[in-house]
Amino acid sequence: MSAAAPRLRFRDTQIEMAHGAGGKASRRLVEGLIAPLLLGGASEPLGDAAHVAFGNARIAITADSFVVKPLRFPGGSIGDLAVNGTVNDLAVSGAKPEALVVTYVIEAGLPTETLEAEVRAMADAAARAGVAIVGGDTKVVEHGKADHLYITTAGIGLPLPGVALSPKSVRPGDVVILSGPVGDHGITILLARGELDIVADLSSDTRSVFPFVEALAANVAPGLRWMRDPTRGGAATSLNELARDSGLCIALQEDGIPVRDAVRGACELLGLDPLQIANEGQFLAVVAPEYANQAIDVLHGAGCADAVVIGEVRAQPAGTVLGTTGYGGTRVIDMLVGDPLPRIC
Amino acid sequence: MKFVDEFRDAAVIGKAVEEIRRLADSGRHYRFMEVCGGHTHAIYRFGLKDLLPENIELIHGPGCPVCVLPMGRIDDGLAIAQEAGVIFTAFGDMMRVPGTHGSPLEHKARGVDVRIVYSPADALRLAELNPDRHVMFFAIGFETTAPSTALTLMRAKARGIRNFSVFCNHVTIIPGIRAILDSPDMRIDAFLGPGHVSTVIGCRPYEWIARNEHKPIVVSGFEPLDILQSVLMLLRQLGAGEARVENQYKRVTPWEGNRAALRAIGEVFELRNYFEWRGMGFISQSALRVRDSYADWDAERLFSVPGIRVTDPKAAQCGEVLKGVLKPAQCKLFGNECTPEHPVGALMVSSEGSCAAYHNYEHRKSLTNIAVPAVKGES
Amino acid sequence: MCLAIPARIIEFSSEQENRALVDVVGVRRHIDTGLLLDDPPRIGDWVLVHVGFAMSKVSEAEALEQIRMLTALGESDAARQEAEGYGSVPEVESS
Repeated sequence: MSAAAPRLRFRDTQIEMAHGAGGKASRRLVEGLIAPLLLGGASEPLGDAAHVAFGNARIAITADSFVVKPLRFPGGSIGDLAVNGTVNDLAVSGAKPEALVVTYVIEAGLPTETLEAEVRAMADAAARAGVAIVGGDTKVVEHGKADHLYITTAGIGLPLPGVALSPKSVRPGDVVILSGPVGDHGITILLARGELDIVADLSSDTRSVFPFVEALAANVAPGLRWMRDPTRGGAATSLNELARDSGLCIALQEDGIPVRDAVRGACELLGLDPLQIANEGQFLAVVAPEYANQAIDVLHGAGCADAVVIGEVRAQPAGTVLGTTGYGGTRVIDMLVGDPLPRIC
Repeated sequence: MKFVDEFRDAAVIGKAVEEIRRLADSGRHYRFMEVCGGHTHAIYRFGLKDLLPENIELIHGPGCPVCVLPMGRIDDGLAIAQEAGVIFTAFGDMMRVPGTHGSPLEHKARGVDVRIVYSPADALRLAELNPDRHVMFFAIGFETTAPSTALTLMRAKARGIRNFSVFCNHVTIIPGIRAILDSPDMRIDAFLGPGHVSTVIGCRPYEWIARNEHKPIVVSGFEPLDILQSVLMLLRQLGAGEARVENQYKRVTPWEGNRAALRAIGEVFELRNYFEWRGMGFISQSALRVRDSYADWDAERLFSVPGIRVTDPKAAQCGEVLKGVLKPAQCKLFGNECTPEHPVGALMVSSEGSCAAYHNYEHRKSLTNIAVPAVKGES
Repeated sequence: MCLAIPARIIEFSSEQENRALVDVVGVRRHIDTGLLLDDPPRIGDWVLVHVGFAMSKVSEAEALEQIRMLTALGESDAARQEAEGYGSVPEVESS
């Protein structure tokens, strides 16, 4: 049995940007304040989507809000994120995304053509992802009270047959798969803000990962243990959550982690770790070892050409993510504390 | 990445490690101090401690400019930030360091205009773009960074940009090393010298360490092969009973340093009589301040600051950890009151602070006796 | 203080003195070359960049020499073994 994660009490007196960054501070806020009050002491670790009983069936349900500056960036826009983000949360919970509802909080003064572009982007993204947008709400707030446009989407889906995902199902010896290069989205956004005077040929990786999840579910369902889409906080944060929730160790081979040159260069320049940078079109999957080869083949066949095994699960040290280099040096890969900050030292 | 990947090559690293194991006298316990916080960070990031034999101990020194900055100076900088119309700019490293009333980021959350810059030149540009505001650059760093601040001030003066100032906390490395060697509890066999500081000051300033203190010092780069080669060079010197200054980082660091950079520092800055280093007390001639000729760009003269000296809680042992006398885990606050999420001292905030680095490493070591074979990937 | 990376100069600004565009695996940034006045770099040179300023030039010759020396470490061991014959006593053994 894995050790239970300690319950945290939220001690901060005010909410900071760090609490929204997806790392340790976010975890403290959610687990120390929000979850205890809303979820009434739920014993299951929090996942990307909840599967709730619905009559004789179960449905998957999730919600996500999208706050991004700038609204448009190479590779997509807030509208794409709003659809793909929720679709992906449903997908990695082991469900087929079916329908979304959307709310817009619009800052007065936003040019109509900006809003129209995002609504079109959402329609296109939904069509590509094969989900229906079935309703929503719109509010307008005073100028200065919202950063142009905030979008929230809630989505429902049908759990895929034969798929049962839980960190508690993960076992030592299981294999960790990553769908593709990490860091594209976060670095794209950082550069798009223009504050750092850095230019690179990079785009956000925003896309629906459901086709890949579907392929895994159809072929290796019995061996599929856990999945996550590593958004804010990056792969490091998602894997740390897994290590903590499973009570096991995730051991990665650092040289095998796919990172585009431009992401690597920007991270070296700024002193950032690609593993802690947000992604919007990638997923992590833990698979039983006897299914690992097949899982990779299936993913490649489904068009997820960069999918690769990046590590394995071990018993010790519990609750830790380790990275080993090709020359045998090891470091602990920690989850993000607050926002990833460029450093000079 | 050129000039990076070659120095992370597994096969060559393997050879260097073998040679280190061959040269290290197993009857001897070596204590090498790496002075520069960048080395501390690199050692943890690359997992180099796993590669070295048990009898080679790397001790982290005080070369972390964020770590040695007294809290009172952060408070002073943030007091200026709260003046009307001021934009507070600093490197990302500073943003989570706690002042008495919160870190710069916490001030930002309360509405203070705090912005991260990658370069002092960015701060100057911000001043040009915001003529109705005053941009203050909170400058930190050793001699590596001081020339860039200096050149930026020279540019500000030349271009007549008046809504810009620098709050100068630049410190100098040699007095820090002297303080270590003067400390009675110290036992260091040799030093890994700060490779990037040395691109500015050169290798000569370390000659007294070899000559007077009889300790070898190798000026080292920051890639795994650089650090390992420097360890090799130290072992060879010690094995031969030598004590010399050597330059391992020849591809970047000139023996004579960078005279243009030193001229820039001399033009803009002068040495303070003394400056407080957090945890180490007042050290004379160890920090820079803006010269009279640049008074109009000196934030300390343009603004009034509380100038209150803030002492660390008695239980916090930042000083002893900075000097390498204590390991981070031996500080009573380590891991309890003082964690990376709730840091009491800057050693826990800064990514190159030994406490933050050790917090993860220590956690891992205490849980298991891992030999850590390389993970077999799909291939 | 210590984060500095090697970058290649790809062009100089025509509008501003001492301003160059550098490249690191496709990532580009403008930097200030004012600290290298005594030995100005040229297009194609590699420089060490710290906080947006070039601190020194990177010598490819020195880099190659360093790698060559380190790579030769194992080779000299092998040469030693050849000279001493196989099955010789290992180098440093404690007692």
